[in-house]
Amino acid sequence: MGKTFLIARREMIAYLTSPSVYIIAAVFTAIAGYFFVDGISVPFPEATVSPYAGAITLALVFIAPALTMRLFAEELRLGTIDLVMSAPVSEWQLTLGKYLGVLVPFVGMLALTSFLAGLFYWLGSPDSGPIFTAYLGLFLYGAAALAVGLWASSLTANQALAAVVGIGLLVLFSVTQLAAANTTGWIAESFQMISIVHHFADFRRGVFNLTDVAYYLSVTATFLFLCVRTLESRRWL
Amino acid sequence: MIEIEHVTKRYGSVTPVNDVSFSVQRGEIVGFVGPNGAGKSTTMKMLACLLPPSEGTAKIAGFDTVYESTDARRNLGYLPESVPLYDDMTVRSYLDYMGALRDVPKHDRARLVDAVIETVGVAEYRDRPIRTLSKGYRQRVGIGQTILHEPPVIILDEPTNGLDPAQMVEMRKVIKGLGKEHAVLLSSHLLSEVALICNRMVVISRGRIVGDGSMAELSKAANLGITATAEDIFMSLTGTSEAQGTHG
Repeated sequence: MGKTFLIARREMIAYLTSPSVYIIAAVFTAIAGYFFVDGISVPFPEATVSPYAGAITLALVFIAPALTMRLFAEELRLGTIDLVMSAPVSEWQLTLGKYLGVLVPFVGMLALTSFLAGLFYWLGSPDSGPIFTAYLGLFLYGAAALAVGLWASSLTANQALAAVVGIGLLVLFSVTQLAAANTTGWIAESFQMISIVHHFADFRRGVFNLTDVAYYLSVTATFLFLCVRTLESRRWL
Repeated sequence: MIEIEHVTKRYGSVTPVNDVSFSVQRGEIVGFVGPNGAGKSTTMKMLACLLPPSEGTAKIAGFDTVYESTDARRNLGYLPESVPLYDDMTVRSYLDYMGALRDVPKHDRARLVDAVIETVGVAEYRDRPIRTLSKGYRQRVGIGQTILHEPPVIILDEPTNGLDPAQMVEMRKVIKGLGKEHAVLLSSHLLSEVALICNRMVVISRGRIVGDGSMAELSKAANLGITATAEDIFMSLTGTSEAQGTHG
């Protein structure tokens, strides 16, 4: 476990000392802020985070892979992966370390947007339940999206390609929602079941549904597992 | 300390390493010499637990590189050919990080990192980011990373490649110093270069071992006199065209 945190700490420092993460965080908060204003600029505004929470999930389709793209791709390109893999470090420690290393900055970015929710409390007395579930949903959604992005990064030494693969996978997980809208019966249900967007709907409404939690955790676990297998496969050939 | 027995590596119809066997004992510095593409890096990657052999076994400090990989890696310091380093870290934080990944306990780390910084001669750059270092200093930091955890086995892939003559002399000193307590295997495509550092050479050509021994023994094996230069021996053993000409 020690080495997992060690790797995570290195990645966090690398994020905090590189300008790209600040640019990504700025874009992220700007999108949230725009949709916050958009959400309250209606004749009868509601004190709800739902509009900007929805916008954040959409933005994360692009932002999560942008955050994760360098994690493995850069090491593969520079060859530093050979240093780490010739040290007594397991593939799980490496994967979880990298994952934690990006999850913490992501939570930080999410925390930056919480002042928008704070404005509701300052100006009125909103219903706390939906705000809490929306943020829990955003965390779980983001955790899954980052795991997908991390796996994409382990596939190639090219960071841009890693981002494109990550975005492509997340778009695929999103558009099944549209496919569900255009089909009926069990086909529509199946499409909904795998849709990363569909499972967020309840959180947005303030409903805590274990099925949704299980969905995001399964996606996260599956892609982290794929990541470990991809790293292991470097030793098979 | 390093034992490699009948190791073959196959990729489809290509066999970069073919039935290679040799061993390196503690206190030995062995040069692993061959022309470019002879299979040096592939063999070293198998020893560093990065590739499994198709056939045969490789052992580091008695641990199989495939089945006891974690234990083998614990006893190993490895410098890949491209000298990969984390450019965003300082020399000191990089060495500390690699030491921690290689199980150096926290209370020993600062002391060992400082000692290694002295050994490889990068003291004045200890707090500089690695990306600002010249090639020669990067190489030193790379070697520092392999010896920090005091492993019994050190594997260096082309450690003097790309250095200027003065740096090469310095690097030879550093590597010679290592040979006292460790088993060192270093590769090069220059036999003359390796002969200055190593007591024993293993010569590989087209994936096969073609010579193993001291300079005098290699000269004998190549049917050349005591006056033969390293280049003559090398070309004769590896079957390079000029040498074949002299043999008829």
